[in-house]
Amino acid sequence: MIYAYYPGCSLHSTASEYDASIKVVFKKLGLELHEVPEWICCGTTPAHSASRVLSAALPIKNLSIVEKENFTEVAVPCAACFQSLKSAVYETGHDEVLKQQVDKVIDYSYQGKVRIRHPLDILTNDVGIDKIKTFVKKPLKGLKIVCYYGCLLTRPPKVVAFDNTEYPETMDEILKVCKADVLDWSYKTDCCGASFALSRTDSVLKLTNLILENAKAIGADAIAVACPLCHANLDTRQDDIYKKYNARYDLPVFYFSQLMGLALGADIKELGLKKHIVDPLKLFKNTGLI
Amino acid sequence: MIKKIFKMKIKIDSGFREEIEKDSGQNVNLCFQCMKCTAGCPMADEMNASPARIVHAIRLGLKDKVLKSNTMWVCASCQTCTTRCPQDIDIAELMEACRHIFFKEALEISDDIKVIPLFYRIALKNIRTFGRMYEVGMIAALKFATREFFKDLKLGVKMGLKGKLKILPESPKNRKEVKKIFDRALEIEGKKL
Repeated sequence: MIYAYYPGCSLHSTASEYDASIKVVFKKLGLELHEVPEWICCGTTPAHSASRVLSAALPIKNLSIVEKENFTEVAVPCAACFQSLKSAVYETGHDEVLKQQVDKVIDYSYQGKVRIRHPLDILTNDVGIDKIKTFVKKPLKGLKIVCYYGCLLTRPPKVVAFDNTEYPETMDEILKVCKADVLDWSYKTDCCGASFALSRTDSVLKLTNLILENAKAIGADAIAVACPLCHANLDTRQDDIYKKYNARYDLPVFYFSQLMGLALGADIKELGLKKHIVDPLKLFKNTGLI
Repeated sequence: MIKKIFKMKIKIDSGFREEIEKDSGQNVNLCFQCMKCTAGCPMADEMNASPARIVHAIRLGLKDKVLKSNTMWVCASCQTCTTRCPQDIDIAELMEACRHIFFKEALEISDDIKVIPLFYRIALKNIRTFGRMYEVGMIAALKFATREFFKDLKLGVKMGLKGKLKILPESPKNRKEVKKIFDRALEIEGKKL
């Protein structure tokens, strides 16, 4: 199966380890990703805040590029891009005037032939948990993980239609099959402050502190995520949280694909595991994984 | 007490409710003030009017009240309110509609929150120029605009050393089309960045 691939801006910069690890995992499972070379930014929160037409036009432009290349499925690992694309399709599908405006803005009438898929969805529903099991070479035994889904993967359900909105489990299932010790916890879908990372950092510290606190309290060694914004906020702000709240967590934050890649036998370097601010290698050494 | 109420200057703008409803595609009259939106909002304690109050103020056409509250900016767009509303009102979409009016009418904003729309403007200009978000350029532009040169400097250096920051911008061949998309979309809505 070949999927068109829309990495989005973050995966080409701050989240390059997400990009790398997704590619590794897909390759190991025999899935092909074709990156559409002309992809542009989806507009994300700034476009949504400023303009309805723009916030629909940028994602639809990207889907049009995919459609013109005759792909019917596009894999979108970034949760923010994923929701932007889904929401543009939803909005233009429910508003004929907006659809016409977007057609005019991008000089193309998008036919709606492309399905927007998150890798978690592809792995669970196209590959299947049972098949993933057969690829596991290095079980993640002894690694206590909590899965953090954040906001945009499952919300709003009418738009993204993915997993259980309040208590999603696809990531849990995938990491369980990799033999990690996946724990239940209370902050799976609570907000981390997302795009306030630069413009309202104190709010991000407040929210990420709650998330990290709960993860630590239930005994997790690390957090798995599927969104570059969640990753940035949780991984890079732990020093600031220590200064502000006097709480030291030292919890490594992984993209689920990095952990999965490790279980499928990929090495540390190709999974970008040296790019984290909170060093994860100590944890792997302690659990005997490397 | 009654005298006080009569003295209160309340400006009612019934066109405001219609404008918000049209932009968001929502019917605010469905709200029965159950407060679920406010109870689940991770940012509610930083708002000077809760999401439920904003919904009610929109119903009453209290444009000033809505647009002068910090609510629409402090909203993190996490969509929890929208997901949990028993009346299926997309409250996050209402917040967005309020922000759209801000951008259209180029309204004044108080100092403590002005960095949020400023950040959105800088990000959009960045995307318009490069076609993709050039993160380092965006951070630099925000620092120049806010004069906060030392904020997160240590973290920035750390991220740089880990190879997490891409110093040079990446731009697709069709970036001129992106400019066109921006200009046409904003022209339709009569907005400027």
